[in-house]
Amino acid sequence: MSNEPPIPNADPRYFGLTADGWARVLAPLLVGLLALGAWEWAVRANDVPSYILPGPVEVWNTLLRDWHTLSVSLGITLQITFAALLVAAVLGLLLAVLFAQSRVVELSLFPYAVILQVTPIVAIAPLIIIWVNDVRIALLICAWIVAFFPILSNTTIGLNSADHNLLDLFRLYGATRWQVLTRLRLPTAMPFFLAGLKISGGLALIGAIVAEFVAGTGGSASGLAYRILEAGYQLQIPRMFAALLLVSATGIAIFLVMTLISHLALRSWHESAMTREKG
Amino acid sequence: MPDTTSLIRPLVTLRGVEKRYRNGTLAVRGVDLAIGQGEFVSLLGPSGCGKSTLLRIIAGLIDASAGTIEWPSAMHDARGRPERSIGFVFQEPTLMPWAGALANVMLPLRLAGVPKSEAADRAATALAAVGLAGFEKAYPRALSGGMKMRVSIARALVTKPRILLMDEPFAALDEITRFKLNNDLLELWERERFTTIFVTHSVFESVYLSQRIVVMAARPGRVVHDIPIEDPYPRGESFRTSAEYAAQCRVVSRALSEAMAA
Repeated sequence: MSNEPPIPNADPRYFGLTADGWARVLAPLLVGLLALGAWEWAVRANDVPSYILPGPVEVWNTLLRDWHTLSVSLGITLQITFAALLVAAVLGLLLAVLFAQSRVVELSLFPYAVILQVTPIVAIAPLIIIWVNDVRIALLICAWIVAFFPILSNTTIGLNSADHNLLDLFRLYGATRWQVLTRLRLPTAMPFFLAGLKISGGLALIGAIVAEFVAGTGGSASGLAYRILEAGYQLQIPRMFAALLLVSATGIAIFLVMTLISHLALRSWHESAMTREKG
Repeated sequence: MPDTTSLIRPLVTLRGVEKRYRNGTLAVRGVDLAIGQGEFVSLLGPSGCGKSTLLRIIAGLIDASAGTIEWPSAMHDARGRPERSIGFVFQEPTLMPWAGALANVMLPLRLAGVPKSEAADRAATALAAVGLAGFEKAYPRALSGGMKMRVSIARALVTKPRILLMDEPFAALDEITRFKLNNDLLELWERERFTTIFVTHSVFESVYLSQRIVVMAARPGRVVHDIPIEDPYPRGESFRTSAEYAAQCRVVSRALSEAMAA
């Protein structure tokens, strides 16, 4: 019967994962290894010089050799990304709450949030870098602009999707605006906010990288994008690939962390975090 | 027991109640109705007859376009409505999916500022009264349709309301579950005697439960019959299979057919 609680997954497990789970991990891994092998073979067989295309082994060795410089840059890019994401989450949430309280505020401000979103960050980054003296603050603003909108727009929709009967119920019991917000609208908006956060996590990284490219800051306080630029100028292509590898790995890590946060926050009640028997 | 309305002091009295929606639809017109204290009344009618609208007007969720709704003066809040003494059960269980059964039942008390521990005690008692002791922590998604409806009823009764308003609460449930909930609701009502207005489109359900059936017709929504059901309580399975019950159902069915033809 559809009303029964879902039956827990009873498939046999090998080393903590089901056969399906292992296939999900191993199949893409195998594809990746094959592709890397083919790449390495192609580079060696054709004697491609490393300033055109380095093989994966050389990229890995460069990553280990230059780890000191690259890890400092990674730290700086991560700082900007997470600071931007945090500001985007807090401001996005606060502004969405403000929108939910007053239709007039929403109608008058939302178009500007859209303008902020549709203006290409590459086009306004130079202006921001000129206007703001501190480069780090400028980079943070750029990353924030990109990361801000999904959180704002998702949370606004979430706050407005509270069940109408529940709203009536709150009214029946004379709930204050504050009670409706904290006990009904915010919990309803939670899955929407987390979905926005997941998108914004990746966007904040992209925003930070793009802004670093435009700023092109040198010296010790430069992020991964500057390392890529620098390596390009110096024809140190293996190092360029190593930096690129770190950017991708960071993006994947952010996505996984956001997915985990979302799962932990919603697993007890929301459909999106349910494990279901496959029919 | 003859005409119940003249004997029992009315809890709520509707006079000339009319509701016209902004798009011009006349949902109900000229409704005069007195609901006695402790009475179990069903509003029966075809869809579109305004029975849900009437229930929401009584709850104060929507305002009437014309007419008055009177409550005993002891129950008034600042706006002349009965203060937090209404329990409402929707057709859907309408539970907060992020909260467990106990937290859902605690909601009306918490909104009224009752301290958490006291609210939890009272909510646990209410859950036990609907047969859900031991399910305090269960999330709505883990409960069956009937159990969710029980949580919803516990939430409506946790404030000890003077009046319980139910808007086709069991319409989405299967028949076996519905019969069980009918019996359990009657048992609760016989114990506490809270005034109940029960909206339904089922003749059989209304005859089984009520002391009185108000039959409504559509376009515009209006009251066309007021039929007392004088069979004594408790009404169990023997009543459901009795000739008396069948006869009452025939009477009410005929009234409903008339209402639909009118």
